[in-house]
Amino acid sequence: MRRELALALCAIAVAAAAAAAPPRVVVGSKAFTENTILAEIIAQTIESQTAATVERRPNLAGTHVCFEALRNGEIDIYPEYTGTGLRNILASQASGLSRGATYATVARAFAERYAMEWLAPFGFDNSYVLLMRSSVAERLSVRTISDLSQYPLHFGMSHEFLRRPDGMPGLRAAYPLNERETSGLSHDLAYQGLQQGSIDVTDGYSTDAKILTYELVALEDDRGFFPAYEAAPLMRRDLGERVPGVEAALRLLAGRIDADAMRRLNHAVEVERTTPAATATLFLQSLGIESAAGASGDGQRTGFLRLLYQRRWKTLDLARRHLLLTGGAVVLACLLGIPLGIAASRNPRLARAALGLAGVLQTVPSIALLAFMLPLFGIGVTPALVALFLYALLPVLRNTIVGIQSIEERLIDVGRGLGMRDSQILRQIELPLAAPVVMAGIRTATVISVGTATLAAFIGAGGLGDPIVTGLSTTDYALVLCGALPAAALAIALDYALGLVERWTTPKGIRS
Amino acid sequence: MIQLISASKTYPGGHRALVEVDLLVETGTTLALLGTSGCGKTTTLRLINRLIEPTSGEIRVDGRDVREVDPIELRRGIGYVVQEAGLFPHMTAAENAETVPKLLGWSAEQRRQRSAELFALVGLDFPVHGDRYPSQLSGGQRQRVGLARALAADPPIVLMDEPFGALDAITRRQLQAQFQELKARLGKTVVLVTHDVDEAFRLADRIAVLADGRVTQVGSVAELGEAPPDSPIGALLGDRRAS
Repeated sequence: MRRELALALCAIAVAAAAAAAPPRVVVGSKAFTENTILAEIIAQTIESQTAATVERRPNLAGTHVCFEALRNGEIDIYPEYTGTGLRNILASQASGLSRGATYATVARAFAERYAMEWLAPFGFDNSYVLLMRSSVAERLSVRTISDLSQYPLHFGMSHEFLRRPDGMPGLRAAYPLNERETSGLSHDLAYQGLQQGSIDVTDGYSTDAKILTYELVALEDDRGFFPAYEAAPLMRRDLGERVPGVEAALRLLAGRIDADAMRRLNHAVEVERTTPAATATLFLQSLGIESAAGASGDGQRTGFLRLLYQRRWKTLDLARRHLLLTGGAVVLACLLGIPLGIAASRNPRLARAALGLAGVLQTVPSIALLAFMLPLFGIGVTPALVALFLYALLPVLRNTIVGIQSIEERLIDVGRGLGMRDSQILRQIELPLAAPVVMAGIRTATVISVGTATLAAFIGAGGLGDPIVTGLSTTDYALVLCGALPAAALAIALDYALGLVERWTTPKGIRS
Repeated sequence: MIQLISASKTYPGGHRALVEVDLLVETGTTLALLGTSGCGKTTTLRLINRLIEPTSGEIRVDGRDVREVDPIELRRGIGYVVQEAGLFPHMTAAENAETVPKLLGWSAEQRRQRSAELFALVGLDFPVHGDRYPSQLSGGQRQRVGLARALAADPPIVLMDEPFGALDAITRRQLQAQFQELKARLGKTVVLVTHDVDEAFRLADRIAVLADGRVTQVGSVAELGEAPPDSPIGALLGDRRAS
């Protein structure tokens, strides 16, 4: 009877705790300025309009990573572009779809295939646009791409645009252009060229902050040639069921951010160097959506030293996580690599196979290896740990094999002649003599892992890569240094410490 | 007593290292296996403690076919000394000497006591040399430790593969003298591999001459000392005298 009562009380307590704990929403973003700002806007809107708590997973490596993370439920929502959904995720070749048709197509397909919902678009496209200097466009009274045909102009286009079928070739077919001259050049040079008047027209992205910086104007695509890349929140359907208020909250943003507004937001982060969070807060206030976040300070970025000081506890926490990732991967590599190395040192065929495989893994670029992990393990710590482990495996395995094989044959022979069993030869002769070499392998593996682990931030594993990735995507180099310098210091410190361990594991008799 | 009965060893590549070797080593005597390198003398030695298995034939130790004995037990009962001592570089001299007692599970105290005895036996100073590593010892001292290691568990049989080969002439003579004294004192059955005719005559009771994997001549030191110059041992002695 008493036990039943206790059980009932427990059940009530659990139910109460479940009811009391606010639901949690995980907001992701890709690793570029615009997407991180949009994710902040989504996050702060949900925070202010619902009871849910929001966890941010910004700067995930790209479309593939974000989409897989959403599919696996590791994030609940992130900002995506309809054209990207159509071309990159659905791999559709459909062309000439209107903006509305594109949205309708992805909305239907994602709902059916992936149980995901495209919410109402923010109100802008981030697609290709043709750009001119505002003053020139005004003087010639050019407003649309069709208007261009009236003048013989110098087109200075990016190399990629000249080649892509949805770039210059398609544009020529859709519009009667009057090309006095057409040349390929980089985006940055093209902007300068426009400035100096050496070219008249270039291509760009509709929300690029440089449109503001260089006082350019985006010509209207009056024949609807460019595919639509409307930005909209993409979320898992179950989020709507878990947190019923989310859709209503985000509907407040529908159509509220036009291309011009987005350009200004990008400009604020990239040029005025405001943080994405503060930028989002200010913008939401301007829409009359009170943000719960209350961005700290004025949102202005600080210099490196002050930033490093401000972030000291945060950095310590990231370093701890970084160490756990690295240490976990190296321990796993030792658990497999040392026994496998011992077995391989007795079997040349196994040695060749194991070294070959580990060598191949080593040549896979780290960011690619991390990406391969996504379909298998989703995002977060697990795939990062597995990828780091695969990298750490080769040095440990190779040094174990080499360490054992380089022991004088005569010593093994004497051990056997004196009546040692294989296990005793291993423990009393081979392992002590191979220990310094194995330890050197572990040291190499650790230093490699500390470096590679900074890339793990791209798949949401955290660590000292977090400020690096965030800083890179928002061109905040002080923030990059806040991750890079501690990571370098960590690598040097670990190398030194393991050097001591290496010396310590070297048997006295063979120390030089 | 050690017997090799028609023992042959052919390696996988077809190399015939030993061809029908018959040998007998009486308990308490020393047999020298004498010959040039590649004649099969080391192979013969390694058949006795089963580091090599014969392709055909039989090896008996105290009347028992060695194939019926667990090789680990067999080896722990046979001392083993190799060229340049083959000491474990990560162990001290005392630890090296205690290798077999440790394998046999003796207590640390017993082992320590035994290695002190052994050091005295082979002419080393235990307090001085016991805690040194092989790299801190001279060649002669290393070989003395190697000998101590072989004798540690008081095995009735000792196998020695060119034990004094890498030493300078003076040290070699000292160690040979020490060995002669020990042999008389301990009464071990010894098989000694050497390419040095003088050493064979000095240390052995009987000598077997090997060439191309066959025993070409065998006899007591006295018999072989008077063998005609056209016999195998005569040829070796002739070389020796001529040089």
